[in-house]
Amino acid sequence: MKIGVFICHCGSNIGGTVDAAKVAEAARAFPDVVFTSDTMYACSEPGQDGIIQAIKDHQLDGVVVSSCTPRMHEPTFRRTVERAGLNRFMFEMANIREHVSWIGKDKEANTNKAVELTGIAVEKLRQDQPLFAKQFDINKRVMIIGGGVAGIQAALDCADGDREVVLVERESTIGGKMAKLDKTFPTVDCSSCILGPKMVDVAQHPKIQLYAMSEVEEIGGYVGNFEVKIKRKAPYVNWELCTGCGLCMEKCPSKKSKDRFNEQVGTTTAINIPFPQAIPKKAVIDPEFCIKLTKGKCGICAKVCPTKAIVFDQQEEIVSESVGAIVAATGYDLFDISKYGEYGGGRLPDVITGMQYERLLSASGPTGGHVKRPSDGKEPKTIVFVQCVGSRDKSVDRPYCSGFCCMYTAKQAILTKDHIPDSTSYVFYMDIRAPGKMYDEFTRRAMEEYGTQYVRGRVSMIYPKGDKLLVRGADTLMGTQVEVEADLVVLAAGAEAAVGAPHLAEKLRISYDKYGFFMESHPKLRPVETNTAGVYLAGACQGPKDIPASVAQGSAAAAKVLALFAKDKLENDPMISSVDIKRCVGCGKCVQVCPFGAIKEVDFRGEPKAEVIETVCQGCGLCTATCPQGAIQLSHFTDNQILAEVNALCQL
Amino acid sequence: MTKYAYYPGCSGLGTSQEYDSSTRAVCRALGVELVDIPDWSCCGSTPAHTVDHLLSSALAARNLALAENLDATALITPCPSCLTNLKVAVHRMSDREFRLQVNKLLDKPVDRSTPVKSVLQVLAEDVGPDAVAEMLPNKPLAGLKLAPYYGCIMNRPPEVMQFDDHENPMAMDKLMAALGAEVLPFPLKVECCGASYGVARKDIVAKLSGKLLEAAEDLGAHAVVTACPLCQMNLDLRQGQAGASAGRKFQMPVFYYTQLLGLALGVPQSKLGLSKLCVNPRLALDAMHAAQAEQREREAKSEADKQTLKAKAA
Repeated sequence: MKIGVFICHCGSNIGGTVDAAKVAEAARAFPDVVFTSDTMYACSEPGQDGIIQAIKDHQLDGVVVSSCTPRMHEPTFRRTVERAGLNRFMFEMANIREHVSWIGKDKEANTNKAVELTGIAVEKLRQDQPLFAKQFDINKRVMIIGGGVAGIQAALDCADGDREVVLVERESTIGGKMAKLDKTFPTVDCSSCILGPKMVDVAQHPKIQLYAMSEVEEIGGYVGNFEVKIKRKAPYVNWELCTGCGLCMEKCPSKKSKDRFNEQVGTTTAINIPFPQAIPKKAVIDPEFCIKLTKGKCGICAKVCPTKAIVFDQQEEIVSESVGAIVAATGYDLFDISKYGEYGGGRLPDVITGMQYERLLSASGPTGGHVKRPSDGKEPKTIVFVQCVGSRDKSVDRPYCSGFCCMYTAKQAILTKDHIPDSTSYVFYMDIRAPGKMYDEFTRRAMEEYGTQYVRGRVSMIYPKGDKLLVRGADTLMGTQVEVEADLVVLAAGAEAAVGAPHLAEKLRISYDKYGFFMESHPKLRPVETNTAGVYLAGACQGPKDIPASVAQGSAAAAKVLALFAKDKLENDPMISSVDIKRCVGCGKCVQVCPFGAIKEVDFRGEPKAEVIETVCQGCGLCTATCPQGAIQLSHFTDNQILAEVNALCQL
Repeated sequence: MTKYAYYPGCSGLGTSQEYDSSTRAVCRALGVELVDIPDWSCCGSTPAHTVDHLLSSALAARNLALAENLDATALITPCPSCLTNLKVAVHRMSDREFRLQVNKLLDKPVDRSTPVKSVLQVLAEDVGPDAVAEMLPNKPLAGLKLAPYYGCIMNRPPEVMQFDDHENPMAMDKLMAALGAEVLPFPLKVECCGASYGVARKDIVAKLSGKLLEAAEDLGAHAVVTACPLCQMNLDLRQGQAGASAGRKFQMPVFYYTQLLGLALGVPQSKLGLSKLCVNPRLALDAMHAAQAEQREREAKSEADKQTLKAKAA
């Protein structure tokens, strides 16, 4: 075997504290090494050309590059050796930047360590085998989970790209959080006027199949070939027959049902269509409050329904869908304001969330767009907005900024002045975070044109005083305590991961952070991909996001899906496990530890044996570490290769 | 019977004797055995901990070490200030280095970590309001409107005190409700009364305590009920000063919660020390009795009405 070794200076990143020339010199002594050189930037075009030239000139069989992390440039150099006619797996990388030059200043010690790491890579390369990817068919349908604005955008873009889309929505209508908003910043255009047409497009698009009131139950398979079981919950209404006329809602005698769409500002009927623009516009019965379902009597809706659509004994059902890619767009939920005992949220009726205030502002809300406070229905004249309730606060385990609250609070202050011209609004804030296009101008408008009183400081407590709320806080610019007697207090509740998000992440086999937000593949360079092939992210399920960012991610995820579907066949990654059937004793331990369900037990001449499903295996290596027989081996990381590396290190 | 090491604190021997004696009497009535820590000393309170954390913790730790011999479930104290110092000492000593330094200063080092609790926590959690209510089916304090006031340090900082909601505690509310009292939603439960500023800047105490009394009176409370000797003193003894600051005249009795528990449990008055209160507690108790009489009258009347209806029907 003939091996070439290339030591990269990475400008002064490595060259500053590692003697690259000396490492190259030392590498010449390693077995099978016939060529070494040091190069300023191995990844640059001349650097790569130098590698190709050396492969040709010296008939190299494999290449080692000692440079940065393989996360950065391993794919680059794989392509380089492939261009020179080698198999892409006849390449090894030693990380002498993150593991050496960036963490130590002693040039001699660094140089020695770089030599050792290079030696290890050479030994591994000596054991490398050419590997070849296998091709498999791809199902070009996509499933979008979540019908908020991000999911809607992803669905429409994929459908416009002529792909079949299955859109799954937990609630009875799509629209998500955006459908609840009155106006949107910074343009103050009506939320339902800009979202409504998109929702209608979803309903009318021939390529989109919508499952509302449905949840993903189980996901099997792999990129290109997912099998998803969807649970369709029972609305107790035959949606084929329901025309959305709303007669049932007018007559329903159970009027104390939880109004979830209106954030429980007021109550609604047990049979309900959440809002006039709902898609699908179909009635749903809340079994918790329906008199017929709880007490067995009533059935008025069934009597008045002109199409006889009410089905009290309807059951949930499971349907299966086959898709090739999945976009998770499950959005976020709001922080529970009652966790701040000192603010009285949940105890004091006139302390409400920003989302509840949206419903009070909205013309289609429970008060018809007239701002009335919940306790006595009076129009509030002094309104206090408190920002960062459940954001940037370690004491409630929410150290992150929710990003959009500064903006929606400014918008709500502006709208309040429009609704009640003789009102005064106060905003208690920590910092104003308004870094979007036209955003800072917008918050300035709230202050300068609308006279909103911005007070920099935290609120320490809110308590009732007569029929008012006394809001006590600090004004840190003035260095004083302030007290405001308010009629209504709106808490800018922060964003947190959607209820059940970690559960879904486990079904999707993607990672999530400690707060339940889904993890992207790379925070900068792969923002809508996950580490599970074929699963993409859009919107606030990845982290708090405003509407423009959510829509952008919806489109980005769709672009990723369409790029994936542009191919007719997919190639698997050949760095996967395989079983030596002679050694396997069928103990099944590998089946248990595999996090991807990629190993199944098969019967081989009457004996149980493990078998790897090549397309599902992600090459994590857990099975090889578990196998007591050493029967299951991960290609490119075999036991022999790892032992060769350890040997080399011990002998250097 | 569960045994607790009892730490009365210095005020229990002086300004809040009635808190100490009523606490002992109530614990006896509820089956909570108290064993006094022999030769207990200062908890390391304000004068010490404002100057030196190590010496303050050593003062507290001396008592912790003494309590170890008693084989008690927990060390308990009625005074929130003592509680804070003892708990903070335990908290700081979870750091090995600090613990070694403290133990160096002590004749008898702290070996174990005895849990430290307030008497209130024991009565609220180990006895529980349900058990108290069961003992008192007649609801002896019915008609008494109370503003429960916990003071600023009984529950805070939450990571050290680890008891009840630190912004809206309910332990005393529930105990008082178990006696039949009407517990009002007092919004300033954990506000500052001015604490030891009573010595240096009595205007601050007058202003802050004035706010508390104002809020209690506006809610229609017959009395304030507290769990802290210093809060009680500021609200009770300085009520005249607080009234002058608020521009109104208060007549608001300020009880220790143990006094009301004792009253309901039938503990002799001599143990409760009601006569030691500055604002005459009779004001609240008379209002309670009047409310009870009124209630009885209402009940009698509705009973009579029922009888009349029955007779008519017959």
